[in-house]
Amino acid sequence: MDKLKVSVFLDRDNLNKTLQLDDNSIVSDLLKELKINPVTVIVSRNNELILEDEKLKNNDEIKILSVISGG
Amino acid sequence: MNCCSQKPVFEMHSGEKLCKPHFTEYFEGKVFKTIRQFDLIGKEENLGVALSGGKDSLTVLHILHRLSMQNPKIKICAIAIDEGIHNYRDKTLETAKEFCNKNSIDLHIFSYKEEFGLTLDEMLNILDVKPCTICGIFRRYLLNKKSRELNFTKIATGHNLDDECQSVLMNQMRNDAGASARLGPKAGLTQDSRFVQRIKPLYLCTEKEVTAYAFINGLLDSFNECPNAIHSFRVQVRDNLNDLENKFPGTKYSIVNSFLQVLPFLKEKFKSGSVKACAKCGEPSANDVCNACIYLEKLKNSIIRVV
Repeated sequence: MDKLKVSVFLDRDNLNKTLQLDDNSIVSDLLKELKINPVTVIVSRNNELILEDEKLKNNDEIKILSVISGG
Repeated sequence: MNCCSQKPVFEMHSGEKLCKPHFTEYFEGKVFKTIRQFDLIGKEENLGVALSGGKDSLTVLHILHRLSMQNPKIKICAIAIDEGIHNYRDKTLETAKEFCNKNSIDLHIFSYKEEFGLTLDEMLNILDVKPCTICGIFRRYLLNKKSRELNFTKIATGHNLDDECQSVLMNQMRNDAGASARLGPKAGLTQDSRFVQRIKPLYLCTEKEVTAYAFINGLLDSFNECPNAIHSFRVQVRDNLNDLENKFPGTKYSIVNSFLQVLPFLKEKFKSGSVKACAKCGEPSANDVCNACIYLEKLKNSIIRVV
């Protein structure tokens, strides 16, 4: 099966990661791979919010933004 | 199910997917409905918005500022408390200042250092206490005192559904029903002119909804979490609640909605009588000396011992 290369920025950790995912992966697969509870984040691509069932594309640049903040 | 043919940006716990305009309409509609349902804002107000520079308080200020532009009898100012938490509050206050400058909103900043002589970081080097306990006491004290001096009729805070849900559960686990009685969209128990009424317009909005709204409206800054939060009981409760919400969508709404049904009984049961004046500072207090003065005395005694 072909693989997708996806770049991810995690704002909570201020960290960039590159992942290889299965060709037909969606956002929720990415979150599962990173062990992130979807309730705790919003996800964006090209500065637009995308949902958990959004299909990922090769060379996507994804931002995972934590909804948790403050004290 | 999608709301329309436009690309969805938010999925509700019911499974309905909303596009940007419909999500914005839903979110703002919910905030205004909360304001009406709980009678949070009257026809004429001089509102203070407690601003930290985080997404929640910026969202409240953004929405109430628009309300005040449409209604000149509702005046809005922002009030910020600088606890003195290095590498955290200094950053969020910059965001707060930028937002207020850009929108021509008056911002009043009061600091622990100027008001109490020490920053929170310095206090925590002196006293062995939980940071959130002492910080909360001093922050509420200053917020109320300064809001009263500024003649605010009410203080709007950025507390959201997640915050309330966590507080309800924490109070249950601590067997502290009296603390729960002080919760609700209109916080507090006592109608006393020395207390400025605190209101929570985001009471029924989840943290995820607030974040999505803040993102869409350009209010979301880089991630910022208080370095002291890791010590708090709240963080443990928050993480467990988020796991439950993921497994059982709608859990948080259910907890807060059922809490709202018992809240009037709790308010009645724990209704306090007359409020005293603190013997040291004169601020309203349940006891002869208020908690802020008790901690200030402890700090003073600890400094004397060290010297």
